[in-house]
Amino acid sequence: MATRANTKHADNKRIDPMLPRLFRVDKIRKETIDTFTLELTPRESSDRISYEPGQFNMLYVFGVGEVPISISGDPATAPQLVHTTRVVGAVTRAMRNLKVGDSIGVRGPFGTSWPVIKAEGHDVVILAGGIGLAPLRPALYHILNNRTLYGKVVLLYGTRSPGDILFRKELEQWRSRFDLEVDVTVDYATDIWRGNVGVVTTLIPKAPFDPMDTIALTCGPEVMMRFCAAGLVKRGLPIENIYLSMERNMKCAIGLCGHCQMGNTFICKDGPVFSYDQMKPLLIQREI
Amino acid sequence: MVVDNLGPYLAEHPFLKGMDPRHIELMVGCASNVRFDAGKYIFRENDEANKFYFIRHGKVALEIFRPIKGGMTVHTLGEGDVMGWAWLFPPHYRNLDCRVIELTRAIVLDGTCLRGKCDEDHKLGYEIMKRFAHLMEQELEALRIRLLDIYGN
Repeated sequence: MATRANTKHADNKRIDPMLPRLFRVDKIRKETIDTFTLELTPRESSDRISYEPGQFNMLYVFGVGEVPISISGDPATAPQLVHTTRVVGAVTRAMRNLKVGDSIGVRGPFGTSWPVIKAEGHDVVILAGGIGLAPLRPALYHILNNRTLYGKVVLLYGTRSPGDILFRKELEQWRSRFDLEVDVTVDYATDIWRGNVGVVTTLIPKAPFDPMDTIALTCGPEVMMRFCAAGLVKRGLPIENIYLSMERNMKCAIGLCGHCQMGNTFICKDGPVFSYDQMKPLLIQREI
Repeated sequence: MVVDNLGPYLAEHPFLKGMDPRHIELMVGCASNVRFDAGKYIFRENDEANKFYFIRHGKVALEIFRPIKGGMTVHTLGEGDVMGWAWLFPPHYRNLDCRVIELTRAIVLDGTCLRGKCDEDHKLGYEIMKRFAHLMEQELEALRIRLLDIYGN
């Protein structure tokens, strides 16, 4: 099971999840042509949000609407929040146009978290596709902040092209570490690109981890996660050691509206992080 | 360890894992050691394809040349990979360019020589074909996944 992140902090328990709290936009950073990162701090010092890696918040652009966005920052820096998202609709477009000093509403944090405690003492392989690196980054921060507790740590990241790579500078820093293996691949490139070309699943067979003693965390579009999970199983990982973050059409974040329902599962309430053995029957169910 | 031929290097390569030592010895007769510096082209489209490579170290890019736009990398290969299968199929011409990204060390096999040995020893030929068929299946599967544009869905 993914970790039920009821939050270890009493502050969060008292907060009404239906009530947006005001946050100030501290920084807006363009990551790629269609993705950006927001850094937020609470307007009220009593609004002390703490969160677990893998959880998400509902961000509310006043007068436009509310959307679920994964937290992409370091949990150790809470209550500051960092969110990275792609411009896909009216709300995220309005969000990108916010200015430093503007206010935004935040509800959360919601959902289950990456099993970073269960992964202690094991190798960890993180598989990300496209913007899927954003919800995985808090898990990687946590692991790097507690590096001695883990075995080998491997990050495998795939995007369409070199221009779509998220957190590029940070990836370069991670790559220079001796205690972290980073491999990036793109679907298409010109001769300027010196890295790998090929789909992210092709990195799995050669990645340096012990399949019998590894926890895998994967996030990206559903079809990517399905093939990644299959590749990991082929490599020898037990199915219950593979975790994925589902992000289907979440709307209310508390299991009321039914938008994100898959079978008898609500992604927002029961997830978004699931173990692959929980999710596999639903991933191959074509009708849902 | 003193190595007096390329047999141990070939036997260690993942592509040839579990291969009958007798077959490895047959292949050694067609093998030689090569290195390529970064930036060099190992072969280009329409070159004769009489060789293939077991990469021991480094990285190469397979490219398709596009008029005006230049080369587009469609695949990269590195340590433990095998490069080239046009030597197996007539008319034995390359249909891609191969550019060296990083200093690459490889064992090159003379395809004409090995085809002759496969014709003489069908067990060797079947073993080689099985391994190349598996490689092609893996590459075809990866290509199909790429066609899905999986990061954009």
